[in-house]
Amino acid sequence: MFEATEINMRHRRTEVLFRLLFGMMTILLILPVALILGILIYKGAPVLSLDFLLSEPTNGMTAGGIFPALVGTIWLVAVALIASLPVGVAAALYLSEYAPNNWLTRAINLAIINLAGVPSIVHALFGVGAFVLFFKFGTSILAASLTLAIMTLPVVIVSTREAMQAVPQAFREACWNMGATRWQTIRRVVLPNSISGILTGVILEVSRTVGETAPIMFTGAAFFLPFLPQSVFDQTMAMSLHLFVISTQVPNVPEGLPYGVALVLIAMVLSMNAISIAFRMYLRNKKKW
Amino acid sequence: MRASPADQTILDRRNLDWYIDKVVQVLVFVGGISAIIFIIGIFVFITREGIGFIFSSWDPIEFFTSPRWAPTSSHNPTYGALALILGTASVTGLAMIVAVPFSLGAAIYIGEFASGKTRESLKVLVELLAAIPSVVWGFIGLSILNPLIIQWFNVPIGLNVLNAGVILGLMAAPIMTTIAEDALKAVPDTYREAAEAMGAARWQVIFKVVLPAAKPGLLAAVLLGVGRGFGETMAVLMASGHSINIPTSIFDSVRALTATIAAELGETAHGSDHYQALFVLGIFLFLITFLINLTADLVVRGIRNR
Repeated sequence: MFEATEINMRHRRTEVLFRLLFGMMTILLILPVALILGILIYKGAPVLSLDFLLSEPTNGMTAGGIFPALVGTIWLVAVALIASLPVGVAAALYLSEYAPNNWLTRAINLAIINLAGVPSIVHALFGVGAFVLFFKFGTSILAASLTLAIMTLPVVIVSTREAMQAVPQAFREACWNMGATRWQTIRRVVLPNSISGILTGVILEVSRTVGETAPIMFTGAAFFLPFLPQSVFDQTMAMSLHLFVISTQVPNVPEGLPYGVALVLIAMVLSMNAISIAFRMYLRNKKKW
Repeated sequence: MRASPADQTILDRRNLDWYIDKVVQVLVFVGGISAIIFIIGIFVFITREGIGFIFSSWDPIEFFTSPRWAPTSSHNPTYGALALILGTASVTGLAMIVAVPFSLGAAIYIGEFASGKTRESLKVLVELLAAIPSVVWGFIGLSILNPLIIQWFNVPIGLNVLNAGVILGLMAAPIMTTIAEDALKAVPDTYREAAEAMGAARWQVIFKVVLPAAKPGLLAAVLLGVGRGFGETMAVLMASGHSINIPTSIFDSVRALTATIAAELGETAHGSDHYQALFVLGIFLFLITFLINLTADLVVRGIRNR
């Protein structure tokens, strides 16, 4: 019979100790954020109403709702998505289906990591230098959205590439053996089998785009506009910038108002992330191979 | 024997599908190298806007050693970035002191101790934390942490290195946890099994086997956290107090490189020295983060090749 010796017992005690220590650290990482979210909801919830979402800011942005900012954010996200999705999917296709293991592929991967690491304000400077001035789009939704598109491109590329690489190689080989070209294989086999994975990446990108502030400050988002944008060449308000403006630039804002804006913003971002995560788990469970 | 022209037509597989395939291949390749094009494009365009200043009135000695950032001074504008660099460094440094132990601890717990449902839910939770936008973090620093710091430490201003450092730490921790957990997961299970077969306890396996094997990955996680701290803009702008100081304590207000650009770019005339100087700050930031990311990549690649 095996009996626990003194040394076994000591090891077990040490292990319990470490488990507790690291468990505490995990809790301490999550707890403050949970507390903060609680405060945001507690102070922001009284402001929220359908009227808050659907009316314009009034009285020098110290009263009223957030409708133009909400609409503006939807414009910015939609245009950014239209711009980044084809490029991102093409890049992921190249990396997953074509790229040989050579220096160019390594350079592309390094460029993706760096693109994700470039500070958001540097993206803003690039947006000003390239889209606003060089391509003469002016400060407009187009310039802001293209800046956002380039900034969030790594999110699309990485998640799309992962979805494509999860398609078993045997599927492709079976298709090639039937005499299909690479593109036919991609269109009929790779894309249909990875489309839901791509979708989770898209949702993730949208949630990232919604919250970005610095890249749109000088490229297309305005502090206050009394009208809604009519085309991509107009400026627009945006949720994220609106939160910055009313919490730092406007005097005499009632305390609840910025909490309400922050709550709506964070609800948009977190709900989209939650959908993306739930979708991913659902896919993992029903995967056939 | 030579094939007749008719045979050659049959053997010629260049039908419509073949051409479509070639066109797609080119398009996909262009998409593939887009990331390289964009990263070069970013450098080219910010340099294009800032280069005039570098060659005309930029004094590198003043830039790196003078704490006087006074571009709007009418008689003697100076462009010393030392205080800004130290501002960014102090906030990032404090953020790392706050975030690194907790991120690594949480990664070890999630990766090595937790299992099943607990592990999955913790991972989801950490992922959600990483998604909170930086402007919301800035707002939290401004309106929740600010009064708390004033109250707890009895200081006149709560927007300082401490505030921005804690906020930045909370922001960077989920990302570092995720990357560190990936690094732990990359250690082959055979390592753990071999150690356990030798009679090692769980904590001995973690400290003597898993952590040393995952060290480069963990280092990369910390480096990426530092990169994130250097580049963070809105949260630091709103929580750091935004006044030019060489910090001597964590209760001093400071101003960061990123925040300076964000706050001043809107007020400068296009092409002025001030405008170009802000782009020079941008070039500096770009190069620093590029270097940090490159180092992190090399560190990770180092283990793969070994």
